[in-house]
Amino acid sequence: MAERVMDGLARVGLTGRRLVIGVPLIWLCVFFILPFLIVLKISFATQMIAIPPFSPLLDWSAGGFFPSLHIDWTNYQYMFSDSLYIVAYFNSVQIAFFATCICTLIAYPMAYGVARSPEKWRNILLLLIVLPFWTSLLLRVYAWIGLLKTNGVINNFLLSIGIISEPLQMMNNSFSVYVGIVYSYLPFMLLPLYAALSRLDFTLLEAASDLGASRTRAFLTITLPLSIPGVVAGAMLVFIPAVGEFVIPSLLGGTGVTMIGRVIWDEFFSNQAWPVASAVAVTLMMFLVVPIMLYQHFQTRAEGRA
Amino acid sequence: MNKTGLSPFILACMVFGFTFLYAPIVMLIIFSFNASRLVTVWAGFSTKWYGELMHDDQILGAAYLSFQIATINAFLSVIVGTMAAFALVRFGRFYGRSLMIQSISSRLVLPDVILGLSILLLFVSLQGLIGWPERRGMMTIIIAHVTFSSAYVAIVVQSRLAGLDRSFEEAAFDLGAGPFTVFRTVTLPMIAPSLVAGWLLAFILSFDDLVIASFASGPSATTLPMVIFSKVRLGINPEVNALATLIVVAVAVGVVLAGGMLQRQAKMRGD
Repeated sequence: MAERVMDGLARVGLTGRRLVIGVPLIWLCVFFILPFLIVLKISFATQMIAIPPFSPLLDWSAGGFFPSLHIDWTNYQYMFSDSLYIVAYFNSVQIAFFATCICTLIAYPMAYGVARSPEKWRNILLLLIVLPFWTSLLLRVYAWIGLLKTNGVINNFLLSIGIISEPLQMMNNSFSVYVGIVYSYLPFMLLPLYAALSRLDFTLLEAASDLGASRTRAFLTITLPLSIPGVVAGAMLVFIPAVGEFVIPSLLGGTGVTMIGRVIWDEFFSNQAWPVASAVAVTLMMFLVVPIMLYQHFQTRAEGRA
Repeated sequence: MNKTGLSPFILACMVFGFTFLYAPIVMLIIFSFNASRLVTVWAGFSTKWYGELMHDDQILGAAYLSFQIATINAFLSVIVGTMAAFALVRFGRFYGRSLMIQSISSRLVLPDVILGLSILLLFVSLQGLIGWPERRGMMTIIIAHVTFSSAYVAIVVQSRLAGLDRSFEEAAFDLGAGPFTVFRTVTLPMIAPSLVAGWLLAFILSFDDLVIASFASGPSATTLPMVIFSKVRLGINPEVNALATLIVVAVAVGVVLAGGMLQRQAKMRGD
């Protein structure tokens, strides 16, 4: 039966090999590459009150063989002249950058501990790292509202034991956004770090200490350099999506923290400004190209070593 | 030095890290049993929020829709993702290979807002050009979800395929089996654990997704994350706590079972 199907396909020139390559490749081109080109196109369109709310880029109405091309730079001009967008970009990059640093500082000793813990513990600890990743991000971010708000669990606890006399302002500011991002993306930092550290040959450290190196020196000259690919992979897995994060700033950031993901969402859904939203998205992508290439570079290096 | 061989500093960091990861989840579970609507003040044990949840048609309807989308998405993603993994690991150089590699790893990291916006604009443009899709809803959400979750499946299956001992397949070919038979009887059982893992991953990614589904959906389809988001935007909601507890318990049981199964299989195979 299966052979007959394959024979039939072969007769129209569709060998198994072509099919296996073709399906994912065509899916990618139609639903991943093409959409980006369309976003690029619409970012040069003019905002109009219509459905859809923008002008066509190519206009055949004038007649003739070649359509006239309408390229409208005003969306980009508008974006760079309005401080809202500049502030939002700056905020996003700043928050994503420091959140990535904090993630690294928390995750490194944790991943190191898991990688060096006894065999029977390691799988349980790994499961504990992976488990939050499998439960809804939305719900886990939402949980922080109950912990951080003015009459929330943390404030109530600190007030009841008398450490503070007035509730701390921990919600709807950049603190709560940092907590949310570090918390949500910690597993993405932990896993590549663990992968890098568990591959590390720990007899090297013993050799270093036999040769008289201090623990600090052994760490700085052996462990750290060998784990750099893991650090970079993890940092990119945190930084790139965090720049465009939408859920965390809108649940925990209140009105005080504008991040670029929220700006795109609001331009699109609230203001119906599709060309401007597209221009903001194109600019964000341009900005993310460098870290994405960095991630891919270290990813292939890490794979090559495995 | 204690018996684990880890320094006190590392141990303290691990305790802090795991507390940080689990405190919000534990709090959600505890307060889902709180009798008071004021979510952060304990007013005695109660299961009434679970009762209200069971009668909330909006949540139940959205949960059913999300479940359907996630299931269909998981099957399609496993098919497309496995094909991509096969092409990358087995077929050597082919036209479009580096395009495939790069788009797979970019889809893992690109912000959801960009993916959502771009796929919506695709649907709108296609509708203007060829009249398809007629309206946005369940199908457009599934297409958008397969586009990003198949990348995760491809990564999971790819790493399994790359580490596979090819001598079994070669033996089957030598004995005269066709490529499809070899795949079905030899390759498929060997990569089955990664297919299960990929399926679960694709299911969860789709079930949890708010941003991409919001862009890809039309007024006719509201998924569970969209309902949750609209509820929690207004503040703490004890019904959502109860829902979260149910999801966390289901996921924990699922992950532990799947993990145990994969481990047993790995032991049986001796790798």
